[in-house]
Amino acid sequence: MATTYENLPMDDEEFDESQIDFTDIEDQYQVRLDEGLDAFVVIDGLPVVPGDSKAKLVKFVLRKLNSVGKVKEDGVHMPVGDDGKTEGYAFVEYNAPSEAVAAVKQLHLTPLDKKHTMQVNKLTDIDRFGKEGRVDEEYHEPHIEPFQQKEHLRSWLGDAEGRDQMVMFRNEKVGVFWNNKEDGPEPVVDRENWTESFVQWSPQGTYLTSMHAQGVQLWGGKAWSRQKRFAHPGVNLVDFSPSERYVTTWSHRPLQVDENHPVPSLSLEEDGKNYIIWDIATGKPLRSFATLDVPTSTDAEGNPVKKKMQWPTFKWSADDKYVARMTPNQSISVYELPRMNLLDKQSIKIEGVVDFEWAPATPKRDGIKTYEQLFCYWTPELGSNPAKVGLMSVPSKEIVRTRNLFNVSDAKLHWQSEGAYVCVKVDRHSKSKKSMATNLEIFRVKEKGVPVEVVDSLKDAVINFAWEPKGNRFVIITAGEIPAGAAVPPKTAVSFFAPEKLKGGAPGNFRHIRTVDKKNSNAIYWSPKGRFVVVATLQSQQSFDLDFWDLSFDKPKDEAEKGDKELNANLQLMATAEHYGMTDIEWDPSGRYLATVASAFRHHMENGYHMYDFKGTLLREEHIDRFKQLIWRPRPATLLSKEEQAEIRKNLRNYSKIFDEQDQAKKNTANKAVIEERQRMLTEWLEFRKSMREMLEEEGAEIELNNGKVIREEDGEVEEIEEIVEEIIEESEEVVQ
Amino acid sequence: MRPILLSGHERALTQVKYNPDGDIIFSVSKDHVVCAWYSHNGERLGTYHGHQGALWTVDVDPTSTLLATGGADNTMRLWEVKSGKLLKTWDFATSIKRVEFSADGKQLLGVTEKRSGHLGMIYVYEINPDVEAQQSDEHVLRIVCEDSKPTVAGFSYLAHYIIAGHEDGSVSQFDAKNGELLYNTQVHEADALITDLQWSQDRTYFITASKDKTAKISAADSLEVLKTYVADTPLNSAAITPVKDYVILGGGQAAMDVTTTSARQGKFEARFYHKIFMEEIGRVRGHFGPLNYVAVHPQGTGYCSGGEDGYVRVHHFDKGYFDFMYEVERERAQEQANL
Repeated sequence: MATTYENLPMDDEEFDESQIDFTDIEDQYQVRLDEGLDAFVVIDGLPVVPGDSKAKLVKFVLRKLNSVGKVKEDGVHMPVGDDGKTEGYAFVEYNAPSEAVAAVKQLHLTPLDKKHTMQVNKLTDIDRFGKEGRVDEEYHEPHIEPFQQKEHLRSWLGDAEGRDQMVMFRNEKVGVFWNNKEDGPEPVVDRENWTESFVQWSPQGTYLTSMHAQGVQLWGGKAWSRQKRFAHPGVNLVDFSPSERYVTTWSHRPLQVDENHPVPSLSLEEDGKNYIIWDIATGKPLRSFATLDVPTSTDAEGNPVKKKMQWPTFKWSADDKYVARMTPNQSISVYELPRMNLLDKQSIKIEGVVDFEWAPATPKRDGIKTYEQLFCYWTPELGSNPAKVGLMSVPSKEIVRTRNLFNVSDAKLHWQSEGAYVCVKVDRHSKSKKSMATNLEIFRVKEKGVPVEVVDSLKDAVINFAWEPKGNRFVIITAGEIPAGAAVPPKTAVSFFAPEKLKGGAPGNFRHIRTVDKKNSNAIYWSPKGRFVVVATLQSQQSFDLDFWDLSFDKPKDEAEKGDKELNANLQLMATAEHYGMTDIEWDPSGRYLATVASAFRHHMENGYHMYDFKGTLLREEHIDRFKQLIWRPRPATLLSKEEQAEIRKNLRNYSKIFDEQDQAKKNTANKAVIEERQRMLTEWLEFRKSMREMLEEEGAEIELNNGKVIREEDGEVEEIEEIVEEIIEESEEVVQ
Repeated sequence: MRPILLSGHERALTQVKYNPDGDIIFSVSKDHVVCAWYSHNGERLGTYHGHQGALWTVDVDPTSTLLATGGADNTMRLWEVKSGKLLKTWDFATSIKRVEFSADGKQLLGVTEKRSGHLGMIYVYEINPDVEAQQSDEHVLRIVCEDSKPTVAGFSYLAHYIIAGHEDGSVSQFDAKNGELLYNTQVHEADALITDLQWSQDRTYFITASKDKTAKISAADSLEVLKTYVADTPLNSAAITPVKDYVILGGGQAAMDVTTTSARQGKFEARFYHKIFMEEIGRVRGHFGPLNYVAVHPQGTGYCSGGEDGYVRVHHFDKGYFDFMYEVERERAQEQANL
């Protein structure tokens, strides 16, 4: 008899479904029913009042409750006990669950009077956490993880040869490499799919940042283990504070955090926000912000102007003490770290503010002893008021210096790396708005009273400006007017400026050194150590040239005596180079090498990189399919004092001797290794050939042994073919008489 | 020496070959004509007319009496070299991509294209070296490749094996007596078409070129990859030079893959690598289209290349080519001399 449903064997009678413990599964798959209770909150801590005062209390509480949302009509249930008095709590129903959430967020722990503080909780939470056994009644000592020695995060600085590291992102692989003087890059770590979009170093090189759909991860240490993880779904960009204490993450999509979409380490607080500022040490968010709603401005024809997003939106002061965000045209909000509270509880009103920049180093102004940070900002002309550039000191909010400007169409703020100068590049139009000119207004921040020097008489528009790092010279690129409808970009001119040498070596007024015109250059890259600068053409279809300049060229003594003494510069073009399709240029942190990159992020032609030394000698070129990024690992600031650095510079010759010897030794061993490898390959090949010949001989392969030629009888008979070549060397006609 | 430019073809070259004595170059192109040239001065010796479609392949027998050709008109033809007389036509369902004689010239193989329900196949015919003799209609062997179509094929030493390169980057070794598949190995990257397969002179090892931008030398009996040459462009051809231990690679971006057409983009150069040390040692410019085939003079005195640009360039090696030696080679040669 076939088994059917009716006569299933009943022998497993002791099996009882009710005996099975399903609680773990139930817990795991518990469905959160939308019971309509989400709009309810429970209020505790209310005063206990007699029944007849209840209405008064309800009215009083309602006033508070309605400040965040609309309480349903008759939505307050305040139970009255047996003794006719209220119990000190109430149930409140809002119109919508979102209002209940807002009430919990904003009204929880609001004081009502001296004795009573209102506690507001969601009904569902009380249900969830208040159930017996859900929260353990007994106190358990928190388990403290045993201390684990972590890897040193800056071990790479201890390299015996003082080499620098770089990260390369090619195809789907991300690898960190040592840059060697002679040989190709030496891999340190190489991983497939390490990041989903790009990689980035933290500003002092401690961490490598990888981007993922779920958030950002920081990697470091000798083993390249994960150091930190910041969950921010959909993150697009990341920005570190200069001392690597904090990090900002941004996504164009507002965060969605609620009970149904939990995100590790984020709370309801972060719901709807775009920016999160994190503390790197703890891995916890400090504060989150939503993108500011900027009213879209319209241009002359009434079309909405698409504003480019400013990144970083939150700008850090040099010492990580402050972070500031601008509300365009209105104000700048400065937050104090680590509490992330608004400085003096209010934003600094600056009407019309367009842009601001913090000084990149803690400023040392003449005669100012107290701690301060500076930022520079500018406002355009408003009505009859002139445009203004201002320097503001924080935390005093005192305006240190302002300058009025006229006919301003645009301005850019350029700080010198030590905060000694700030150059405001002002694009000015004539009254008729037809022609443009550029002024450079240079604020000498460290000098008494912050004098301003104007470098004008630049008839052409300045398209790029760059200060020498740790120096006082600068390079600008100017472009002529673009003829209407011209397909080619206008020719550009590169100009160099340096201060005059005053007595005692103090920098005097800025003077023009030289202009090189009829160029296509549009980008300036100073060596991080100053002195050397590369002027290049990027993002162009036609030209890809690189000019390597030295601004402190040592002329042979006899020539140097004659002139150019008063200027603190001596210009020399060291080399020019070309790298087809280059998109990015990166100096290594020591200023010894320059890498140019043709990145697959921008185009797919000849992706790869070139490596130059500082004087423009091409050391290496590599073409790598889908090469995307090459970024040098930054170094933290040197620990040596100025005197110690000067001492090293003085004795450079002695040191270089040692290094030359090391290089030579290394070269010899490397050569030896190469030769040995070649010996091995040659021997191996000859052995293979020998075995093959023996095999052919055994098999009697005559033709093959005769190099593929069939042995014919007539072979050996040589037929000589004579080819007579007649060459007419000269022809001349003579008339014979 | 200045290269000789053979400009007798009207369309892209597909294959060029030296005869075993090295005095004649045969070239086939998409213009339906087979040309024969004197290799030392580039003078045209003659042409072979008859094919009705683009030609893909040519080979000459070891005695320079018979010439085999194949092309898009679905025929494989046999010609008398001396007279240009058409001796035999074999018809197929699809075009012939490759023909090759065995080392003794007694067998001829043809590789057919995979198209419209026909699988890629390798046919083998017995060849009677006598010009007057009737050639057989019937193939002695047919190898059907079901997995991946063969693109190139050839006979190993003593015609022991037939080695075939496939569309998917793999190389197969067949028993040349019964067509049994002995071995198949993924020599090149998966799905990187093998574009060429050329033999060393004793046919114990061969070089394959592929779209994966590499060329590799493998042993004929073990199919073990012995050497790898990495280029920066898809390769169409690779040849092994006798006398000196070099290989010559040719290729270049196909016009359809180039976004901006400029010579620097195309990489239309013949590249010389050291065969044993696998390092690039030189390049020869000249073509303004991809190189479709590179052939080396059997005595190692020169090479010629056929390009997409419709030209054959014949180069004779200079003294520097023969003198060049790596230090380890020089030492080894010295040792040999001292013995």
